[in-house]
Amino acid sequence: MFENIDFALVNWSRAQFALTAMFHWLFVPLTLGLGFIIAFMESIYVRTGDPEWKRITKFWMKLFGINFAIGVATGIILEFEFGTNWSNYSWFVGDIFGAPLAIEGIMAFFLESTFIAVMFFGWGKVSKKFHLLATWLTAIGANLSALWILVANAWMQNPVGMKFNPEKARNEMVNFWDVLLSETAVNKFLHTCTSGYVLASVFVVGISAWFLLKKRHLLFAKRSIIIASVFGVISSIMLIASGDGSAREVAKNQPMKFAAMESLYDGQRQAPLIAIGLFGKPHDTPMHSESDQEFLMKIEIPNMLSYMAFLKVDAFVPGIKDLVLGNEAESIMSYKEKILRGYEAQQVLKAFKAAKDKHPEEYDRLKAKFDDKEWVEKYFRYFGYGNYYDPDPNQLELNAFKIVPPISLSFYAFHIMVALGGHFLLLFMVMLWLTIQDKIENKKIVLYTALWTIPLAYVASQAGWVVAEVGRQPWVIQDLMPTMTAVSKIDTSSVMITFGLFTVTFVALAIAEVRIMVKQIKNGPKEGGND
Amino acid sequence: MFETLSHLALQQYWWIIVSLLGALLVFLMFVQGGQTLIYTIGKTDIERTMLVNTLGRKWEFTFTTLVTFGGAFFASFPLFYSTSFGGAYWVWMAILFAFVLQAVAYEFRSRPNNAFGPRTFETFLLINGCLGTILIGTAVATFFTGSAFSVNEYNQSQWELTSHGLEAALNFHNLLLGLAVFFLARSLALLYFMNSIIHEAIYGRAKKHLLYNAIPFLIFFLTFVIWLMLRDGFAVNPDSQEVFMESYKYFNNMMAMPLVLILFLLGVVGVLLGIGASLLVKDCTKGIWAAGAGTVLTVFSLLLIAGFNNTAFYPSTFDLQSSLTIQNSSSSQFTLSVMSYVSLMVPFVFAYIWYVWKSINNKPIDEEEMESEDLHIY
Ligand code: HDD
Ligand code: HEM
Ligand code: HEM
Repeated sequence: MFENIDFALVNWSRAQFALTAMFHWLFVPLTLGLGFIIAFMESIYVRTGDPEWKRITKFWMKLFGINFAIGVATGIILEFEFGTNWSNYSWFVGDIFGAPLAIEGIMAFFLESTFIAVMFFGWGKVSKKFHLLATWLTAIGANLSALWILVANAWMQNPVGMKFNPEKARNEMVNFWDVLLSETAVNKFLHTCTSGYVLASVFVVGISAWFLLKKRHLLFAKRSIIIASVFGVISSIMLIASGDGSAREVAKNQPMKFAAMESLYDGQRQAPLIAIGLFGKPHDTPMHSESDQEFLMKIEIPNMLSYMAFLKVDAFVPGIKDLVLGNEAESIMSYKEKILRGYEAQQVLKAFKAAKDKHPEEYDRLKAKFDDKEWVEKYFRYFGYGNYYDPDPNQLELNAFKIVPPISLSFYAFHIMVALGGHFLLLFMVMLWLTIQDKIENKKIVLYTALWTIPLAYVASQAGWVVAEVGRQPWVIQDLMPTMTAVSKIDTSSVMITFGLFTVTFVALAIAEVRIMVKQIKNGPKEGGND
Repeated sequence: MFETLSHLALQQYWWIIVSLLGALLVFLMFVQGGQTLIYTIGKTDIERTMLVNTLGRKWEFTFTTLVTFGGAFFASFPLFYSTSFGGAYWVWMAILFAFVLQAVAYEFRSRPNNAFGPRTFETFLLINGCLGTILIGTAVATFFTGSAFSVNEYNQSQWELTSHGLEAALNFHNLLLGLAVFFLARSLALLYFMNSIIHEAIYGRAKKHLLYNAIPFLIFFLTFVIWLMLRDGFAVNPDSQEVFMESYKYFNNMMAMPLVLILFLLGVVGVLLGIGASLLVKDCTKGIWAAGAGTVLTVFSLLLIAGFNNTAFYPSTFDLQSSLTIQNSSSSQFTLSVMSYVSLMVPFVFAYIWYVWKSINNKPIDEEEMESEDLHIY
């Protein structure tokens, strides 16, 4: 089945998408969180009338603007890329996937870009209250942008609310609310937005710590720390809760991703959670080796994994082997069986297309299958697995092992993210406590830790997406469409060229952005720039 | 209420919305046009700063309209999105890069320590101004000239030329429209400067250059329109959905839809009126309104004749039957009706945009404002 797949093209397209998405995601989380932090600060200014709060607001607002511009510049790239690089995907799911993108534009982007103008140009031109309202609406608009794109992404992880239309050869939406409110979408939205709040809080706390270390703008810095660490503590707790919710949802809907996140080869009851682990050699050749001896070291929490996944300590957590080879005792279907069923569904679609205009009765009979819930549940559901079919049973069995994501990457990314989540919560609590006690200025170690936590927040945030996106490979639409069939039919060399152009552009933009940011930060709240 | 509409009615409704967004986008590209004129019109630093700032307060709208236009097109006619974007790879990529550069240029240009100096960011604005307008015009022209692609029975598309879209930018007729859009954007920008900046020298120079830009615009535009009215078009048989060539198709469409014809004529008159009055009437600053409204009407009506009256809006010259129509390329009835509810928000969006701009923009930009301390300046 792989003969007409150009894997170089697929891999370059993936690399390009990963590059552009990760670059976009460098700027988005700060926008999501800093918007609210600024809004809190300005609210205090409007209530108290204290000009120091206005200075504080304006300082962070300036950084917000610089960051925002580049977030906008990179977002449009992703929108175009769905068409340019994933055109088969865009057709197969466009009926569902396009709607959130359109709604995002109408509902969120205009809101954001209109009120951000008031935020920046409106000082002194509109009333204080209206300005404050605009600041809040900008923050809300940013979070609404996140909502719709995350609904789209969640649908790819857990496709619901749709029905396949064989005549058009695509999935069509039948229930909007199922798409909007699926457990995946809800968890993803909460987790991703709160991760942005945490990142922004770390950013504010870290930069304020730098001012304290430099003994500059002490009042400004302490006030900023109070706001950001309160927001940080609250959001961290929500972040951990929603991450926990995400994990449970993944265990249910994407068990293979879950197994990869924990590098669990053999399923078990009372499965332990690996808190910290280090692999001996790369873990990416599944099946051929035993799992345990490959860990150089690990620290486990007994029963925790079973509990985390299913809220029961003796729940069975399927491992990678159970999922690929099947496990009758736990009634898990093997990938081989899924491949055969998916292949059957693909053959029915093919026969249906062949019967068009020639055998009307056959045509109608085959069409009816796609309306038959039982058949859809039994066969069509595994449609994408059919691409791994091979007439040679040995080869077919080997192909089944290809439906496993990169394991060490998923494992490390997940564990790094979780560990850092704990670190951030601790940091906010310590900073808050010390600032309230007014002892923070002399705690050099804490201040340096806060400063150096800024890059870690970005690491955690990127790691989150690696878990989500790498962990679901090889699917672009879970169980329905493998990544390799989603790609546009263009020359690999074209994608290599655009990949190179994006890399050069991004490096240049990142240099400019960092230099401008650093300069603005060094200028500090009073002297700063034009405003 | 939208559920009761037929699939065809929803398809038509969405074609109207997409056409309207496209028309607004072409109008708003005066921002791009203005970016190509910064050094022509601005002779001193403060003059250039005024020009950049007056454009800088509008660029987000153009950009957001482009993004929303893309999103709405994807959602309502996904087969167009997958066929055109995936096939004409290089045209879309070039447009994309031009806009990525623009988005950072305004914010970074005058920031201290911006690594590359203001000149670099002004060059980005220039590139965006030239490429953005010409290529978007070219891409729209392919709605009438067609492209070489095929669509198989699974609705998967393939571009049949290895140039992947570059050919569209080299086609004479496409270029005509591209250049017409370019000079239109520049003319609109000049009208916009005359309206939004209080500065005698800028006003005078803008007026002078308006003539130099309006003439080539008219030449390119009229040549394109005359050629369009005379050429064969891609017609669809409403019963069999078969695509065939029909003589004077686009002319016939105008005649068959008199309302569209009226919109078109009103639009052209509006553009001419706006430009003419600004050239002839002393101290006229309101030309942008007539010319802007005229642009929207003209582009809107051109897009309507591309898609309505049984016409294939994205024709394939490689295989006629692969051509896309609003019927064979649209989303399902359910999706279109869901999105139609969302479209009810559009007037509300216009209303708050209007209100906000009125409240912060009630006075034109002048030198004093550029030198004041309390404002955000590009
Ligand atoms: C709405 C959809 C969507 C969203 C919000 C994201 N992605 Fe994604 N991502 C895709 C839709 C997608 C995709 C189009 O579906 C890709 C391309 C190929 C694939 O398998 O999925 C993909 C691939 C992909 C890959 C390559 C994985 C692999 O092939 O091994 C990475 C590393 C990321 N993405 C990372 C991200 C990051 C850092 C995001 C944060 C903004 C992100 N994605 C958001
Ligand atoms: C692959 C998927 C994505 C696409 C296609 C996409 C598209 C876009 C586009 C077109 C813009 C520019 C909007 C404008 O004109 O103002 C943008 C900006 C933005 N996007 Fe994305 N985006 C994606 C992923 C995400 C994710 C995952 C989030 C958040 C969870 C997000 C949040 C935002 C926000 C907050 C902005 C505002 C600008 C900023 O970043 O500062 N986007 N996005
Ligand atoms: C502390 C406990 C945390 C847990 C249990 C957790 C759990 C998870 C899980 C299971 C996913 C995958 C969801 C999916 O694939 O659908 C995920 C994704 C993600 N995580 Fe976390 N996470 C935690 C902390 C963090 C932190 C500290 C950050 C960043 C500051 C973060 C940012 C993200 C992001 C951006 C994603 C991708 C969006 C998504 O899929 O929801 N997470 N997380």
